Formats: sequence, C-alpha cells, structure tokens
Amino acid sequence: MSEKEKFTIVVFSGDLDKAMAAFIMATTAASMGMEVTMFFTFWGLNIIKRNEGNIKSKGLMRKMLNILNRGGSSRLKLSKFNMLGLGTWMMKKLMKDTNTPSIDEFIAMSQEMGIKMVPCSTSCSVLGLPDDSFRSGIMSQAGAAYFLGQARASKVTLFI
Amino acid sequence: MDADQTLDCVGLYCPMPIVKTSQQIKKMKVGDILEVIADDKGIKQDMPAWCEATGNEYLGMEEQGGEIKVYVKKIKE
Repeated sequence: MSEKEKFTIVVFSGDLDKAMAAFIMATTAASMGMEVTMFFTFWGLNIIKRNEGNIKSKGLMRKMLNILNRGGSSRLKLSKFNMLGLGTWMMKKLMKDTNTPSIDEFIAMSQEMGIKMVPCSTSCSVLGLPDDSFRSGIMSQAGAAYFLGQARASKVTLFI
Repeated sequence: MDADQTLDCVGLYCPMPIVKTSQQIKKMKVGDILEVIADDKGIKQDMPAWCEATGNEYLGMEEQGGEIKVYVKKIKE
C-alpha cells in the first residue's frame, strides 16, 4: 500500500467542547487509515497535562499561572455556559447519557490508534511546563518547524 | 443480506460506529462482509465515505424503523 495520508491538527484551545471536536476528527481520521498528529499549543496544553500532582514550574509568575491554570483532562470547561461548572457538569452528563467518550477515553483511544500527541516546545517554555507536566504517552516537545514539516505533507490540517 | 459478522452500534454516535467498524474489519478476512447496525443517521453518509477512504466496498443500506443496517465488504488487508 502507498504511504499513508496525513492529518495534522493544531489544538490551541483548552476548552472541553473544542477538545472533543479535535479528538472526534483525530480518531475518525485514524480509523480512515490516516496518520494523525495533534500538535498541542498554549491553552491546548491543558488537555494533555496530567490530572494528579503539582506542575513543577520555575519562578513565581509561572508557579502562579500553573496554579490558576492547572489544566488536566478532568478540569476542562465548556467554552460557553460553564456557569461556575454547572454547565460543564451538565454537558458531561449529556455526553455520558449518549455514550459519547470522555476526554480521557478519547486520549486512551487515540494512543491505542497510534495518534501522535506533541506538545509545543515554545508554549511549554513560556508557560513553564517541564516534560513531566504531561500524562504518559505524550511525545517529546517540538517546535513550529516540526508542525510545518508535518502540515506540509498533510492532506488535511485543522486549527482548533 | 447475509453477513459474516455483525457489529451493534445502536446508541453510539459519531465517531464511535466508524472507529468500531475500523477495528472490527481489521480482525476479518478479505472478502468477508460486515453488517453494522446503528441508529445514528450520520452513518448513512459516513460509511460510504469511510469505505472510499479505506478502499473497502460499500454494499448498501437497509433501514427499518429507527435502525439502520449498513454492509461493508473487506477488500484488502
């Protein structure tokens, strides 16, 4: 068979609803036989932060940022109608009632399918995120050139 | 239509019927027919598109009540 078609997604947003959209497209593309890379940058990094423990950043401002912006799949909020968490809670319930996978389930599924999840190195430096801020199975950090290298060779790209 | 295997996706929404179809077809032999039962209307458009992208053959659809049955023939490994 010829080389696999590629699909590359920039995940900039750390909102629950937008993360859902990104993972739905990623897992569907992988099911269609495409080679998928998800490039997480800025707020999107919150999606792949580990849920437990503290983020060990250096410097007061970065420490404060990572307390206020802790992230992790279990802490993601809706981009609209969060309503102090009530809206997010309700959306999670609706998703469960319709057998829609949770973000954790989507991440596990993506890893089983061989989808590459790459944190943006510049965002990680600016926001103070060492490699151990992320959950297991996340690839090593890479920069914009890596993304563009993938994107150039991709049939489809998205920015979410 | 006679199928070699059946995949029940009733109650599942996009992308799960497609993800499960892709996993199931990997376990089957070339030439085998897979029947997918779903109630998410999206499958009517999604399955032909998936077949076209993956090189498998879309054999058709039957609709009874709210249930949609689609048939896919595995063409290659």
